[in-house]
Amino acid sequence: MADVEEAPHSMVPPGTAVEEEQPRIQLNIDWGNVDLDSIVLPPGDDMGIKSDDEEEEEETLETDTGFGNVIIVDNLPVVASEKYEKLEGVIRKIFGQIGVITPNGLLMPRDESGKTKGYAFIEYSTPQEAQTAREQTNGYKLDRSHVFVVNMFDDYDKYMKVPDEWNSPEIKPYTPGENLVAWLTDDRGRDQFVIRFGSETEVYWNNASQGKPDPVYHRTFWTESFVQWSPLGTYLATIHRQGAAVWGGEKSFNRLMRYIHPQVKLIDFSPGEKFMVTYSSHEPSSHRDTQRVTLMVFDVRSGKVLREFKGSADDFATGGTGGIAGVSWPVFQWAGGRDDKYFARIGKNAISVYETDTMGLLDKKSLKVENVVDFCWSPTDPLLSLFVPEGGGGNQPARVSLVSIPSREELRQKNLFSVSDCKMYWQSNGEYLAVKVDRYTKTKKSTYTGFELFRVKERDIPIEVLELENKNDKIIAFAWEPKGHRFAIIHGDSPRPDISFYSMKGRVTKLTTLKGRQANALYWSPLGRFIILAGLKAYNGQLEFYNVDDLETMATAEHFMATDVDWDPTGRFCSTSVTSVHQMENGFNIWSFQGKLLYRLPRDRFFQFLWRPRPPTLLTPEDEAEIAKNLRKYSKKYEADDLARSLEGTERDTENRRKLVDEWKSWVAQWKAAQEEEKEERYILRDGVPSDTEEDYEAEEVEVEEIINIEEEVVAFGFDNQD
Amino acid sequence: MVVITTDPFMEQQSAIHVKRIESDRSLQSSEDVLTITGPQGRINRAMWGPLNKTIISAGEDATIRIWDAETGKLLKESDPETGHQKVITAMAKSADGSHFITGSHDKSAKLWDIRTLQMLKTYTTERPVNAAAISPLLDHVVIGGGQEASQVTMTSTRAGKFEAKFFHKIFEEEIGGVKGHFGPINALVFNPDGRSFSSGGEDGYVRVHFFDSDYYHIKV
Repeated sequence: MADVEEAPHSMVPPGTAVEEEQPRIQLNIDWGNVDLDSIVLPPGDDMGIKSDDEEEEEETLETDTGFGNVIIVDNLPVVASEKYEKLEGVIRKIFGQIGVITPNGLLMPRDESGKTKGYAFIEYSTPQEAQTAREQTNGYKLDRSHVFVVNMFDDYDKYMKVPDEWNSPEIKPYTPGENLVAWLTDDRGRDQFVIRFGSETEVYWNNASQGKPDPVYHRTFWTESFVQWSPLGTYLATIHRQGAAVWGGEKSFNRLMRYIHPQVKLIDFSPGEKFMVTYSSHEPSSHRDTQRVTLMVFDVRSGKVLREFKGSADDFATGGTGGIAGVSWPVFQWAGGRDDKYFARIGKNAISVYETDTMGLLDKKSLKVENVVDFCWSPTDPLLSLFVPEGGGGNQPARVSLVSIPSREELRQKNLFSVSDCKMYWQSNGEYLAVKVDRYTKTKKSTYTGFELFRVKERDIPIEVLELENKNDKIIAFAWEPKGHRFAIIHGDSPRPDISFYSMKGRVTKLTTLKGRQANALYWSPLGRFIILAGLKAYNGQLEFYNVDDLETMATAEHFMATDVDWDPTGRFCSTSVTSVHQMENGFNIWSFQGKLLYRLPRDRFFQFLWRPRPPTLLTPEDEAEIAKNLRKYSKKYEADDLARSLEGTERDTENRRKLVDEWKSWVAQWKAAQEEEKEERYILRDGVPSDTEEDYEAEEVEVEEIINIEEEVVAFGFDNQD
Repeated sequence: MVVITTDPFMEQQSAIHVKRIESDRSLQSSEDVLTITGPQGRINRAMWGPLNKTIISAGEDATIRIWDAETGKLLKESDPETGHQKVITAMAKSADGSHFITGSHDKSAKLWDIRTLQMLKTYTTERPVNAAAISPLLDHVVIGGGQEASQVTMTSTRAGKFEAKFFHKIFEEEIGGVKGHFGPINALVFNPDGRSFSSGGEDGYVRVHFFDSDYYHIKV
């Protein structure tokens, strides 16, 4: 008989007498009486914006049964009806802590004798709570002989539906993919960039010689927040409610792959573009907990999930001086080079290094480093640098170490004393590591800064110490020259700080100091040799284009209110942009590397400007030397090309012009015809005076005399007063 | 006859009024000959069409309307898709009255046929437009504007940078600008002989510019 009436489940319409049907699933529910159609699923929140994925089936959290928030708990003790209420109370207490159980949401079926059957159904108010409950209570030891086995109701449903016969999957015919690197074969050697403004996303060729960009692709609502290029430029990634997607192709941008990760917020590619890490954070089930974060590692080509990391935000926040609210991105740092072999993250007192072959911890254990707060991979080799602050109440000095992976051998180490903070900067070729060390003065009242410079590729990794001439100068910015042996520092306290350049050749030597510059940011060209000294934010967009080889300024310019400076991957051009941080003047400028303004495009509500990255060159150094030698020959060919193109451009322009002028003339003719017809009428309106042209107006000078006042005054002739 | 516009105030809607001016002042009445209502928000500009048969109005609702001057019936409206997107602040006729230009806070100015209200040209600038005028002599239009002082949160330290921008009327290309005002430009008008123009701005200055000989030989 129906035991359900005593603890009516919310699934069943109240008042229904329910009978058990043996061959069905042991749920004691008469499916015939349950109106599944009346269950209303929460409405989608796409705000009416057409999403691409609407064309295909979406994988959503809501399932067909609509019971996504129900869990089934097995392995409960079988108790007689006397103990029923006590057991029910215990279950309710345990599961009620994790989430809100709906009224009548706890159902523990009993058999004819009144004994419990050993399982229970629990319905939560949201599917997330049910998931969390399942994770947390699966495997929970109620006592030695009763370990909870908890499953989602939907999982049961899914497994029941597995067909008994196995059908081998169809082999789909092979369709060759598009040439994803076709953009590199542009015969004019141009670079692409993508811009985001308003809800639009546009990709252009940088057509510097023509003074305007060439559009490649344009789409509205292509992404729901931002776009991101992959590190070698092959893909453009977009963010959507259901996950991320990448686009690419020969001529246009087709969707190549989707990555399902609901509510994804941030993404990161591995340097070789083999993997993608996605991040989302969710409100915790109870407000006492911290944010829950989910990280997934995907294989880029197939879209398969390779590994999932779930946890609270605390697990993933970088430990550090002065706890950080939230997670700093990217959580996983990829090892140098393009092999995509290792990725690592910092944890409490350890650095967890994972290898992509197994997607598991390297050697199944993390790198234990007591108190570690920061680490960095070399950009080219599987080598970690890490920083441990002072510990033991000042007894243990701070230290910086270089550790090789996978051997975990510590290649170099340096102890540092009186350290308040530390930041690591790798040079792009992995040749040098600069560690900026802030130290307390003897009085501990202020700090001064010095640099430890590691020569990583030399034998025994020698370290040099560098201090600025004025030790108390605050360091505003530091940057290595990419592919080079120099670095630049902005230092000083005044509103116009100094900029010093140093070289690592031989012993570290200062090349020059530029005094009193309005700059707070350094932007080296990606091939080195040139640098833009930029004054952003408070300096309102001052730019100085500086040649470091010759140590002279090439140009100074201004992009009023500029917020970002980006070099193109070849170092020939750079863009400065004003993003929607400011209300006015949004848009971007393109400059040549020497500081000549080539063109600008104003665009309101401007968010992003991203150059498309290039993969590293395939030329050998010998090839490059040969081209440099024969540069004149090559440049002649290109100049002729450019000239032909610009002539063609002007021809097209003059054609256009002529068309416009003809159009206008015909319109004017139309108007004149109409005017003629109406001449009569106008004549009448103007009292018969023909006045259509200026010449018909006669300027008549009319003297108007108006008598204002007549007054008579008798003036006495004072003969007596004359002298 | 004159045409006046009134702003929405308290319960009164904005309206266009046509009044007759008597040559004998003692007979002057304050009654409207014709009252037209309909547009939402302020009506910033109104003018007479060819042969005084029509009245053209433009204002805060970004729509240009042509009304019959005798009956007050709405004859034409500008298309909201291709027309201005924000309040229209300026409207001025060409010298021969065949076309007129409008300027709007949507940072553009547009050229229209006065009879058919067909949009002929669009000129885009970077600042909201407050004033526009058509040269009576050459195929040029001049556009001026700038952001209202009350809306600026960051002041431009560049003095004298508000400029009156000249565009080629047919090619819609910017051919130059005349700097000098250090506040937004609110009024622009050409001298009827086309050899000079005047501009007035929020900075409280009225500037009169005479064109040099190069102006007449500008090649786009």
